[in-house]
Amino acid sequence: MQEQKVITAHQLTKVFGNFTAVDHITFEVDRGEIFGFLGANGAGKTTAMRMLCGLLLPTSGTASVAGFDVYRQNEMIKRNIGYMSQKFSLYEDLTVRENIRFYAGIYGLSDVQIKQKTGSLLAQLHIEDQEKTLVRDLPLGWKQKLAFSIAIVHDPAIVFLDEPTGGVDPVARKEFWGMIYETSAKGITIFVTTHYMDEAEYCNRVSIMVDGKIEALDTPAKLMKTYDANSMDGVFLKLARKATRAGE
Amino acid sequence: MKQFLVFVRKEFLHIWRDSRTLFILIWMPIVQIILYGFALTNEVKNSKIAILDESKDEATTVIINQIDASRYFQVVAYLHTFKEIGATFRQGKVRMVVVFPQGFRDDLLHTHHAQIQLIADASDPNMANTLTNYASSIINDYQETLDRDVKMPYQINTQVRMLYNPELKGAYNFVPGVMALVLMLVCAMMTSMAIVREKEMGTMEVILVSPLKPFRIIIAKTIPYLMVSMLNIASILLLSVYALDVPIAGNLTLLIGESILFTVTSLSIGILISNSVKTQQAAMFTSMMSLFLPTLLFSGFLFPVENMPIALQIISNIVPAKWYYIIVKQIMIKGLGFQYVWKETLVLIGMTAALLAISIRNFKIRLE
Repeated sequence: MQEQKVITAHQLTKVFGNFTAVDHITFEVDRGEIFGFLGANGAGKTTAMRMLCGLLLPTSGTASVAGFDVYRQNEMIKRNIGYMSQKFSLYEDLTVRENIRFYAGIYGLSDVQIKQKTGSLLAQLHIEDQEKTLVRDLPLGWKQKLAFSIAIVHDPAIVFLDEPTGGVDPVARKEFWGMIYETSAKGITIFVTTHYMDEAEYCNRVSIMVDGKIEALDTPAKLMKTYDANSMDGVFLKLARKATRAGE
Repeated sequence: MKQFLVFVRKEFLHIWRDSRTLFILIWMPIVQIILYGFALTNEVKNSKIAILDESKDEATTVIINQIDASRYFQVVAYLHTFKEIGATFRQGKVRMVVVFPQGFRDDLLHTHHAQIQLIADASDPNMANTLTNYASSIINDYQETLDRDVKMPYQINTQVRMLYNPELKGAYNFVPGVMALVLMLVCAMMTSMAIVREKEMGTMEVILVSPLKPFRIIIAKTIPYLMVSMLNIASILLLSVYALDVPIAGNLTLLIGESILFTVTSLSIGILISNSVKTQQAAMFTSMMSLFLPTLLFSGFLFPVENMPIALQIISNIVPAKWYYIIVKQIMIKGLGFQYVWKETLVLIGMTAALLAISIRNFKIRLE
C-alpha cells in the first residue's frame, strides 16, 4: 500500500549547542510533486534536507520519507531516495561511463541493469559519443544533467536536489528544469532547494524558511497573491526582511 | 614603490594567517636543532654489552672495569658459558659481547700474546663498527700501560666477529627501515588523502546517502592501498635479495604476516587522520608531521634508540614503526622465529585494535 505523502515532517527540530538550526517545521510533500524548499543562506534548508536524507539525526520531532521513519529506518530511506549535491557529485577524473557504473553499482543495480541503464541514460542525454570522456572535460551544463540522471538511475521514489543549478547559465538552467518536469511526470517526487527565486515559480508548491522556521508554504501563485508581489523574488524579500541571521 | 610595499605587506599577512606555514618556517628549524643537537645522535653512548670472562684474573678485571667505566659502554650481563652468547644476541639484549679466554693473564705474562674476542651484532653495521672500534681502543690503551721495558712488546689481539652481517653491508640496516617507511607512507598518508579527497570533492555526501554502509566505504578506500603495499613489500624484498644480496634469513611467511599486520596498523592511522582533517593538503601535512618524521627519527633506523635521552626513548615506543622495524630485523637479518618477536607483535596488534576502534567509531556518518 503506497503512501500518498512521500515526505511528512512534524515539529522537526535540530539544535546544535544553543543554536536552533531548524525550528519545529511541519510540512508534507505529495507523490509526484515538485516541491521547492527555499530560503536564504543560513535559514536552515540544508540542515533540514540532511535530516530527511538520513545524514543527520533530528533533535526532536518526527519525519518520514518514502514511508520510512528517519530515526529508525535510515537504511531503507537511503535505498529509496536519490541525491544530487551542490557540487554535482560526479568524479572529475572518471569517465561518464565509469561514473554511471559506480553510482548504479552502489545503489545495488545488477550488472544487467547497469548495462541497460547506461545505454538508456546516454541515449536520453544524447551523449553516447561522450561515454569515454572524463567528466572534467564536459561543459558545466552537461555535467549537471548527467549528475541528475545519475541521481535517479535507481528509479527512487524521491530525489533530493541541493542547489542543483549553481553557477549554470540561464539557458542551461531552463533545459535542466525541463528534465525535472519529465522526471516528475514519471511519478518521481522532486525535493529541490534553491536560492534562485525565479526557479521557485517552476515548482508545484514552495516553502520558504526564515531563521529555521517555515514562514510560508503554498503554490507560487497563491504566495504572490498573499504577499502582494508580482514575483517570487518579491515574496521572498518581504519575508526575508524579518530574518535575523545570515550565512550557513 | 608604494604599490610594491602594499603587495609585500599582503604576503606577510598570508604567512601570518597560515599557521601551518608559520609552523614550518619558525618552529621546524628550532625543533631540528634541539633534536639533532641534543637528542638524536649517531654517537654511541651507554651501549649495552655483555662480558664472558673465562679467566677472571687481575688483567681481565682491569680491562673490564675500563670498559664499564667508559661512557660508551654499559655492562648489563656477565655470561658464564659460550653457549649463552647466542641466546643473549637473539634476545636483543646486547649489541656486543667481549670474550676473554681462559688464562688470559698467564698468556700475557709468559708469551706476551693474548687474545680478546669482540662479537658484535652487525645488523646495524655502523653501530657494530663503532662499538668494536671503541672497545679495541680501550684494550689498546690497556696494552700501552703494560711494562714497556721488555724486549718483546705485549700484544693483545682483538679478534672481531660480526654476527648476522659479516660483510657489514649497510643494506642490512636500511632495508628494514625502508620497509617500515614505505608502508607507513603508502598506507597512512595515501589512504588518508583518498578519504579526504572524497570530502573535498563533495561526493562524500552522496555516497553517505547511498545504501553503502560507512564501514564498507572505509574498507573499500583502504583495499587498493593494501594491495599496493603488498606489491611494494614484494618488490623491496625481491630487490634486497637479488640486487643487494641481503638474504631473508628467517621465515618468509612470518615476515609477510607481520608486514600485513603493520600495513593494517598504518591504514588505521590513515583513517584516523582523515577523520580530523578537511583537505588533502592538511592530510598530507599531518601524515608527514605525525608519521613520516617520527618514523624516520624514532624507529631506530637512522638513529639508535638506546642512545637517545630517556624521554625520547619513551616517545619512540609510541611509534608503531619502531616495533615493526625490530620485528623485521629479527626475522630477516637474524633469522629468528616467532618466539623472539611475539612481544613486539602483541604491541602492534594492540595498537592496531585501538586505532581501528577509534577511527571507525569516529568516521562521521552524520555529517555534523
